[in-house]
Amino acid sequence: MTEAVELAIPPSHEYLDLARMVVTTAAALDPMFPDGRVSDLRLAVSEACTNAIDAQQRLDRDESVVVRCSLAEDRVSVEIEDHGGGFTIDAVPSLPEIDDPDRMRHEHGLGVELIRSVADEVVFEEVDGGTIVRLVVFR
Amino acid sequence: MFEVHHSDHSGWAVLTVVGDLDVASAPSLRAAIVDRLPEVDGRMVLDLSGVHFIDSMGLGALVGGLKRARALGGDLRLSAPAEPVTRILELTRLDRALVVADGIDDAVTEDPPP
Repeated sequence: MTEAVELAIPPSHEYLDLARMVVTTAAALDPMFPDGRVSDLRLAVSEACTNAIDAQQRLDRDESVVVRCSLAEDRVSVEIEDHGGGFTIDAVPSLPEIDDPDRMRHEHGLGVELIRSVADEVVFEEVDGGTIVRLVVFR
Repeated sequence: MFEVHHSDHSGWAVLTVVGDLDVASAPSLRAAIVDRLPEVDGRMVLDLSGVHFIDSMGLGALVGGLKRARALGGDLRLSAPAEPVTRILELTRLDRALVVADGIDDAVTEDPPP
């Protein structure tokens, strides 16, 4: 059976903790969902929501960022939808390797890399005036 | 709630961080690091035993602090990060750039990474 939770948050960083809490609490309803995977889910959702909020703030858009969480037997699927003008994943530059001295010049830009590292499936979809990030974490 | 507590250990500044280290709290940590580093010639330990969540902005604060510490001739080291933080340091391979110790005593005595 698939159960779903939906949360709409104002585009402000102060609501990130709420988004993290709702999604991880939903995932933890399944006692078989490992704590480590819940941590991965929390990070992936937080990063995606941060990007969504930042995108909307850059455009001064005040629509809610919507987080939809679906629980299935073996996975948690989350969609994060924003009105931040769209996002081209191919345009995200990759960072130098950690042993490259240039790496220390980069204090930002790890968000997408982290999402891809901890989520099992990630899709970035540009929609009308915004982006939907779809991610899946398997049990 | 996010807090930063200040202390000293063997000539190193220790910042004990409590709470989630994310986009909302990272600026506070950055400011605390920047303010304190010059007073100890860049020698600083971040006690992360009270941090159970870190995001990319939190990592950015660590990288920024490390850069500034080394520019002052010192080092920024981490003490006792919880498992979720350790995992992220390993995923991003920042554990190869930073000294990550089990406790503050070890943090101030370890050799820096090559």
